Amino acid sequence: MSNVDLSVQVGPLKLRNPIMLASGTVGYGNEMAEFIDLNKIGGIVTKSLSLKPRKGNPPQRIVETPSGMLNAIGLANVGVEVFLKEKIPFLKKYDVPIICNIAASSIEEYVECTKILTEEEAIKAFEINVSCPNVKEGGLQFGNDVSAVGKITHKIKAVTNKPVIIKLSPNVSYISEFAKAVKTEGGDAVSAINTLVGTAFDIKTRRPKIKNITGGLSGPAIKPIAVAKVLEIKRNVDIPIIGIGGIMNWKDVVEFMIAGASAVELGTLNFIDPAAAIKIIESLEQYCIDQGIEKISDVTGSFKI
Amino acid sequence: MLIVNANVEEIIELDNQIYLLKIFSPEIAGSIKPGQFVNLRVSESTYPLLRRPFSVCDVEGDFFYIMFNVLGEGTKTLAHKHHGEALDILGPLGNGFNLEGDFETAVLVAGGLGSAPFPYFIRKINGSKKILSFVGGRTFREVITYGMNNILTATDDGSLGFKGNVVELLNENIEILKSNKIKIFGCGPTPMLRALSEFSIKNNFECDISTESAMACGFGICQGCPVESAKDKDKFLLVCKDGPVFNVKDIVL
Repeated sequence: MSNVDLSVQVGPLKLRNPIMLASGTVGYGNEMAEFIDLNKIGGIVTKSLSLKPRKGNPPQRIVETPSGMLNAIGLANVGVEVFLKEKIPFLKKYDVPIICNIAASSIEEYVECTKILTEEEAIKAFEINVSCPNVKEGGLQFGNDVSAVGKITHKIKAVTNKPVIIKLSPNVSYISEFAKAVKTEGGDAVSAINTLVGTAFDIKTRRPKIKNITGGLSGPAIKPIAVAKVLEIKRNVDIPIIGIGGIMNWKDVVEFMIAGASAVELGTLNFIDPAAAIKIIESLEQYCIDQGIEKISDVTGSFKI
Repeated sequence: MLIVNANVEEIIELDNQIYLLKIFSPEIAGSIKPGQFVNLRVSESTYPLLRRPFSVCDVEGDFFYIMFNVLGEGTKTLAHKHHGEALDILGPLGNGFNLEGDFETAVLVAGGLGSAPFPYFIRKINGSKKILSFVGGRTFREVITYGMNNILTATDDGSLGFKGNVVELLNENIEILKSNKIKIFGCGPTPMLRALSEFSIKNNFECDISTESAMACGFGICQGCPVESAKDKDKFLLVCKDGPVFNVKDIVL
């Protein structure tokens, strides 16, 4: 064991290391636990929860693109009630911060979900999905509207004392404007970025490869965009940032942190290598030793421009 | 379910650009069941990015086989593998065929590459049931009979065997099917499986089908491979976790 301090602080949320698992890529934890020791992870963000269960979109839901993938799952989830009854007991067996991701189609639904979930002591924070590109109502529409994002932040903060992280859409001109609204309304942090809207056609049938027509692009193809968005927020707004977008290895994590991220979320990578998080945490420690870094949190925002 | 570092033993090219990849992996070979699949990372590059799912074709000792044809980047990379190359494999995944039950003849129905899981199926049955195989393709080039026995063939263009699709061929032989205690096992393109489901339900035959879908993870977290449940309209089943083999009464294709 080295003396490197891998712990990070995301606003009021303390994590043992900066590696979190992104919403929609870890389910509710049970499948991932077959591959990795969840106790070693910085934090787990649950699949987006809505007030009522959602069936999600019909197939085809995903398609691979060069160095990326498009998905239009449509927020398929068990709903808040079943989550509390059937899913959280498994996660509670682990000493890992549970961050509940909430998706809703109205401001009232966001508030109602938060009110119910905040009672559960095991939930350490909320990540609010205002930027899902794959459902007709809500989601992306909120994510494209600065005043709506501000309003959602304000209303959610009014019903919980737990940290509130707003997950921002990259499908906007100035993401820092949204981060500013979150900060103004009392939000604790932002996570950036959600997926980029994309599509792909079958050249023989001339039909979209995804039933929903468009999907959210993720994977290493989007990493440079994500790092740029993190940097934009860091340079314009004083708010903790969780970096997300195409991380494939520990070097990508360091890059996000240099650009301004306090922590990161691994997404698409979990599908390809469900054991990646542990390898990345070990490599980050080695990087710190090699670079003479005592606290990994010192890397955050250490860019030289 | 494991992540296994396995090694390529050899690539065998069958007729018509169909390949068999023989892989050394005592872990997978020792635990996988007919109809289950592996999710294979074809390279460490980010293109192709995702793993590729393949049903187990056969098992011999510490080796297992997958069958594929070259369709895109993933299978192109795979076709160029050499002896000794490392392969990162996730498996065994999903649920296989239910070989138990009150039947004396296993009726295997395959369309195109849908023959892939049956050599191992036949090996596992090991003579305990009779096998009757119906194999179809659009043309004779797509009829793959590797490792199957007691075969009747069908082609859309009539270039080999019965002229028509494989389910029409089953219908031609309905008297033989009805005079035996059978269970049908099907694998192939979705339109074929749909027709096979209708045929089996109409004639009251027990039938398991192996479905396929695009998927990212193969173990239930990406939710990318939904299939309509016949019993619960409010939720989808997942091909990777709840399947890929389903009883035809459990899903709507």
